[in-house]
Amino acid sequence: MLSQIEGSRAVAETVARCRPQVICAYPISPQTHIVEALSALVKSGRLAGCEFVNVESEFAAMSVAIGASAAGARAYTATASQGLLYMAEALYNASGLGLPIVMTVANRAIGAPINIWNDHSDAMSQRDSGWIQLYAEDNQAAADLHVLAFRLAEELSTPVMVCMDGFVLTHAVEAVDVPGQAAADRFLPPFQPRQVLDPDAPVTIGAMVGPEAFTEVRYLAHVNQLAALARMSELAREFTATFDRPLAPLVSPYRCADAETVVVALGSVLGTLKDTVDDLRAAGVPVGVLGLTAFRPFPVEAIRAAIGPARRVVVLERAFAAGVGGIVAADLAGALPDREMHTVVAGLGGRPVTRDSLREALAAAFSGKLAPLTFLDLDERLLRAAEEVPS
Amino acid sequence: MSERVRFFQTGSFAVGNRLLPLDARTVQSDPSRSNSLTSGHRACRGCGEALGARYVLDAAMRATGGRLVTVNATGCLEVFSTPYPETSWRVPWLHSLFGNAPAVASGVATALKARGRTDIRVLGQGGDGGTVDIGFGCLSGMFERGDDVLFVCYDNQGYMNTGVQRSGATPPAARTSTTQAVGPEPGNVFGQGKSAPLIAMAHEIPYVATATIADLHDLESKVERAMGFHGARYLHVLVPCPLGWGGDAAQTVRIARLAVESGLFPVFEAERGEVTAVSPIRHRVPVEEYLRPQARFRHLFEPERRADVIDRLQAGADRNIERFGLLRAEERFGPPLGEGS
Repeated sequence: MLSQIEGSRAVAETVARCRPQVICAYPISPQTHIVEALSALVKSGRLAGCEFVNVESEFAAMSVAIGASAAGARAYTATASQGLLYMAEALYNASGLGLPIVMTVANRAIGAPINIWNDHSDAMSQRDSGWIQLYAEDNQAAADLHVLAFRLAEELSTPVMVCMDGFVLTHAVEAVDVPGQAAADRFLPPFQPRQVLDPDAPVTIGAMVGPEAFTEVRYLAHVNQLAALARMSELAREFTATFDRPLAPLVSPYRCADAETVVVALGSVLGTLKDTVDDLRAAGVPVGVLGLTAFRPFPVEAIRAAIGPARRVVVLERAFAAGVGGIVAADLAGALPDREMHTVVAGLGGRPVTRDSLREALAAAFSGKLAPLTFLDLDERLLRAAEEVPS
Repeated sequence: MSERVRFFQTGSFAVGNRLLPLDARTVQSDPSRSNSLTSGHRACRGCGEALGARYVLDAAMRATGGRLVTVNATGCLEVFSTPYPETSWRVPWLHSLFGNAPAVASGVATALKARGRTDIRVLGQGGDGGTVDIGFGCLSGMFERGDDVLFVCYDNQGYMNTGVQRSGATPPAARTSTTQAVGPEPGNVFGQGKSAPLIAMAHEIPYVATATIADLHDLESKVERAMGFHGARYLHVLVPCPLGWGGDAAQTVRIARLAVESGLFPVFEAERGEVTAVSPIRHRVPVEEYLRPQARFRHLFEPERRADVIDRLQAGADRNIERFGLLRAEERFGPPLGEGS
């Protein structure tokens, strides 16, 4: 049933319907509304069979989740920005141990300079942490991807991160069909851990592995991630059958079929991009949009199929690698070696990405004037001011 | 065990188990002991930590009827016990990271509570680096939340696994590879370091105790006592390291005993932030007797005797003796259980 609801609230209600048993969190904007709502659901008894732990840091939050998951509980946490970086060591540990923890990342910039607004620098910095990364385009997707995430994580025994744009999604009130309890229970069976700390059958988890087997451990993690691609598509079909609405688990193409240029992006900016593409299509410009839901594992085949024969790819990135350029573009260039590739860095630290600016950038692309790396709406006045600061 | 057994023969604990009733003997004398940390591990000869962990785990297994899960910080104990594909652990055992063992243990305890498995108890363990330094934030969080975990610190006073570097538990004047015996003030700096047990007490958790591997009956009884409480508990065990301390591997137990008898390592128990019992020093020795057998303090005796430094260390021991009443423990707390009547 559709209801007007804040994104954070929708995610919290959805997570609750997934029946987590341990939730641990440390507050950081813009993640706070999610864990506040969950703490109330646990404390009021509406979310039964669940313990909520107020921890002293994000490092502890992920560590509590690690212990809880290894002891057989469905574990959830949420964070953003500096918090994600503070738990970085534990992120690699959770994936290395194969613990199916689900975490929401309310995407936010990383300081310095300190900035609480949205971009993707936080999640992108952890793209190689071994976690599956899913990016939500809107709050319906944010809610639905959490249901998928728990199922996927537990089937493959690997952690999943659901990324939703901080403030833009977390604090936006829009119509969301929060998954119902009965349907959620049909889709998501109780957690059956691959291995568990149990006095009746003692296991050693987290042993030291030397050069003789470390490569094999890493290789198997890679194989497991690739297996997730096929499984996600199957689960999305099952999701649709259960909840009666579509879910794009890997990519979501929009007007790509006959496009000469395809704009690739992740997250909430896809809405603005689709509006822009509609404008341009109305003017006869052959352009499409490809949203990436899955960034890890990287859905190479789905991307190739969706982009089709388009000769030009413009990657709109809300993060970048200083000294190199686009992060997503680098992966795409490997998947699509024969295309003209551009990176447009936009929306850093919460700067709005407007249709006007996007139209301008795409017009430049079509007239052959778009540079390989462009920073959208760069304020030349501020750059000159920076140059004038006496050293 | 309803009575605490203590032995007061000075210089020797050789009286052993044979004078005790069967049920009061150490778990190690029981053929059906759990052997939680079993043989074949790769600890150094004379390792105090291996000895301590073995007694702690077996005592905890006995106290919980074998319903125990353990969480281990990175460190010697983790490395020497689990070289893949082997393991020395015969308990459910989880190692995550260096600095998060208390939080991981909290997670295990929380999961067991959520799953209605409160019959299973949780024991976290680590060295002094993992406990008092890098894991200290997680430890304090576990304490203040009152999570149902006994955390045991095996304190060998330095980062022995990485090559004997200084930790927040390294004593003043001790030579480590990052506080070398060079310059006018050789060894570790005076006035630094912290007492993790006293900080644990400041959290007013149900039970805090210190112990050493020189008195295994006392160590076992404290583990057993700790398991009688619910909530966060802390046990700080002094475990000499022959490698890092430069002591004879055959003298590990003796050196631990001298740490107690000199007053440098006070052995006590506390409940809800108040000291409730101390182990009295029966045969007081000057700190020099403790320092001399350890190469990490050799610079205090060669090329010339550093009376100034030794006096400062003695003053620290004297302060402990005064502060904890180690020479007049009986006045404060009555005779130790098991003695007289």
